[in-house]
Amino acid sequence: MPLSHLATTRRGFLIGTGALAASAVLPHMLFAHTGGSARRVVVILRGALDGLAAVPPYADPDYAGLHRELAIAAPGVADGALALDNTFGLHPACAFLHECYAARELVVFQAVASPYRDRSHFDGQNVLENGLAKPLGSADGWLNRALAALPRADAGHDAERAVAISQNVPLILRGEVPVISKSPQATPDVDEELLARLADLYSTDDWFSARLSEAVQTGKLADERGNPAGAPAMTTAPTAIDAQSTMTAPATAGAQPAMTAAPDRVSGVARMAATLMRSDGGPEVAVIEAGGWDTHANQGGAKGALAQRLAGLDKALRALKDDLGSLWPQTAVLVVTEFGRTAAMNGTRGTDHGTGGCALLAGGAVRGGRVVADWPGLARTALLDNRDLRPTLDLRSIFKAVLGEHMRVDAKTLATRIFPDSSGARPLEGLIRA
Amino acid sequence: MIQTEVAVLRFGLGARPGDLAAAAGDPRAWLTAQINGAVPLAGNTPLAPSDQIFTELRVARDEFQEKKREAVAQSTDPKATAAPTFNPLRQAYLPHYRAQVLARAQSAALTTRPFAERLVHFWTNHFAVSADKAAVFGVAGTLENEAIRPHVGGRFADLLIAVEQHPAMIGFLDNQYSVGKDSDLARLAARQASHQPTDPDKPKREFGINENLAREILELHTLGVNGGYTQTDVTTFAQIITGWSIGGGKGRLAGGTPGRFYFRDNLHEPGAKRFMGKTYYESGQRQGEAVLADLARRPATARFIATKLVRHFVADDPPPAAVERVARAFAKTGGDLPAVYAALIEAPQAWDADMHKFKTPEDFVFSTLRALNVSPRQPEEVVRSFDLLGQRQYTPGSPAGWPDTAKSWDGSDALMHRVLWASRIASRYERGIDPLDLASSTLGAYARPETLTALRRASSSTQALALLLMSPEFQRR
Repeated sequence: MPLSHLATTRRGFLIGTGALAASAVLPHMLFAHTGGSARRVVVILRGALDGLAAVPPYADPDYAGLHRELAIAAPGVADGALALDNTFGLHPACAFLHECYAARELVVFQAVASPYRDRSHFDGQNVLENGLAKPLGSADGWLNRALAALPRADAGHDAERAVAISQNVPLILRGEVPVISKSPQATPDVDEELLARLADLYSTDDWFSARLSEAVQTGKLADERGNPAGAPAMTTAPTAIDAQSTMTAPATAGAQPAMTAAPDRVSGVARMAATLMRSDGGPEVAVIEAGGWDTHANQGGAKGALAQRLAGLDKALRALKDDLGSLWPQTAVLVVTEFGRTAAMNGTRGTDHGTGGCALLAGGAVRGGRVVADWPGLARTALLDNRDLRPTLDLRSIFKAVLGEHMRVDAKTLATRIFPDSSGARPLEGLIRA
Repeated sequence: MIQTEVAVLRFGLGARPGDLAAAAGDPRAWLTAQINGAVPLAGNTPLAPSDQIFTELRVARDEFQEKKREAVAQSTDPKATAAPTFNPLRQAYLPHYRAQVLARAQSAALTTRPFAERLVHFWTNHFAVSADKAAVFGVAGTLENEAIRPHVGGRFADLLIAVEQHPAMIGFLDNQYSVGKDSDLARLAARQASHQPTDPDKPKREFGINENLAREILELHTLGVNGGYTQTDVTTFAQIITGWSIGGGKGRLAGGTPGRFYFRDNLHEPGAKRFMGKTYYESGQRQGEAVLADLARRPATARFIATKLVRHFVADDPPPAAVERVARAFAKTGGDLPAVYAALIEAPQAWDADMHKFKTPEDFVFSTLRALNVSPRQPEEVVRSFDLLGQRQYTPGSPAGWPDTAKSWDGSDALMHRVLWASRIASRYERGIDPLDLASSTLGAYARPETLTALRRASSSTQALALLLMSPEFQRR
């Protein structure tokens, strides 16, 4: 504990001191948990976001020396952080998130990690999504298991409960409950007669048959909601090489899956999620992916490659709020990544794979305006393996809280079926407005 | 009879008319005859080598900088330093990327060694670089053509060294400026800094390593994530390969042929180093090469490569007996790749009559080109096809490459995009094609009676062709 003022509040952070008066909660009570209107969005940042840049611990005495030119300055100076509290800020590219914080619709988590302690993107993402303590051993994801644990709101619409905004379903949403996938790339109409004949041809092959009927259903859903292509990027025909998204991409290697959205496309993806979710019959859960966070070289500080990515994410979250409209007050948006990055800048003005990082929970349903951090500090002796921010909170404590408080999954199911081997990760309390 | 189809459809890239007949005599021999030696591109699209592309890029960038300087000098507008109006990287790179994508599709469509060509694709995906990183956009395909094609029928250790010393890989995983703390460059800089007053506005240039390439070599190229290395091994290996760079820099980074591998001794961390229980006393470039040679012989590497090969050729859940057989051949021969491929051919599990693999978009496009006996002429049609189907060529987005299991490709939306692409291709190529003949020449005994019935009943030959391409038996291998 390098900071004396933190010593007095580290417990307080966890139980959520003060930030909220009961009166602020009241207007939402009428709408919460009525079954049809609550929405959850999970945003997976693939490639490992640098939590020390996104949520700079500007007051930590070791931060600037370790993160060097990648560090974000304290609030109040040029290009400084957007203030959250006396220790932490938000990256200056995150204006919308900062508005959410001021409106008490954002909880910022710092020094968090999944149970995974090695530094492979791919295993790290598996653990993030499978909800287990190890990378292999589950072919399904915790979000799908959570849906499976809940009674169907409407049996007829089972296939519409969750949507992945991509051509294929990521691990977090794979499992027993049918899930639809819808990519932001517009699918022009396919000839109805061909589809009917294909359905006939597939009638003796369950695997193809199931996928085709899902696809046809999703197509109808999108049609009923109107053109989901709120963003122009989605209405244009696929181009050979999208000049902007390809060439302005920061010099990073993304992580799985490959089809994650480029910074200027994330907004389109978010808007498609919002459009699909907007009506009561629409999916209650959406998963969005964004890549390009693996900033090994030339990461930049207040400006530069990572700043551009963060600005794209911030813009996408704003678009999500705008397009969800009246649903926003019942919405919780969880932003997570597989792990954090090294506390020290590396030899190529970037950061290498680390451990502890940040997570965000935004939305009208969120009891926000707080930073939740049991901050271990960045002193040499405090670092994990002499290099990484030491995690002090298990991401599954956040997942459990959101599933329990916002989706009403009971504690026993959470502890057994959804997150087995998670007894050390007790759910946080009070993240969602009562 | 079905073994012929297995050889051509599962091991190969799908049948062109005549392929099934060619392989029918002895399907195993048909495969074995393909696996020795280099696998050059089939087709005749001219491609520039990586050093030429890097040089063009440098010229374009310098010209652009010069123009920008002139524009700023002539302008009275104080804001004249604003954003550039075009991107020199993109201008220089785009034609090369397109040519590489076209050449790859032509080679897949035309090759008479489709098993060897599939192996090229397998290794390209194993040693993945991704063109969405701006710095390697125009050279992503050169890794396949310059490092993989020459070594795919040789020894794994040679393949490994060729890949890790290819400028596309070094640029993709950021190794070119990874600097040892005790390297000549870092010491010189420290000495100079101590003689000069510090300028608070100018951050002191810090030298150090970048772990990216070292980690991915261990995790993705050789041992696999559970291959027994530690974080310390990663860091040490990164120090061992400091100096593995690309020629043609400026100032202290001058030297070497632009765009070719260049070992920068002044960036290299000197001294013997202990890595995975062994001390490496070699100096300079040879230290890293010695480590790679050892990694290529480790049992974990044999098992990791065998597992991936069996997953690619047999089933998403690789049968342990087949993995064991291939891993043993790898270990016994020290990574002699033709022997490894021969073990795969000998594995009975690989000849199961059931088709266990759902085609990736790449498989689907290439097998369609072969079925229709066409070779693309324009890069646009290839590039757009893969964009539509979600597998932009040379752009897996990740050093792990594209996923190789059905669950990563079988989304309902992805299926709809396949239907759309199939119907477009069908309307473009239906002329002169008898779908029933095509079913027999491309699927042989795998053509199901219900598919043939559907083709007969189709309302047009375009529709029949689309149904054939979307039939379960054409979508699997």
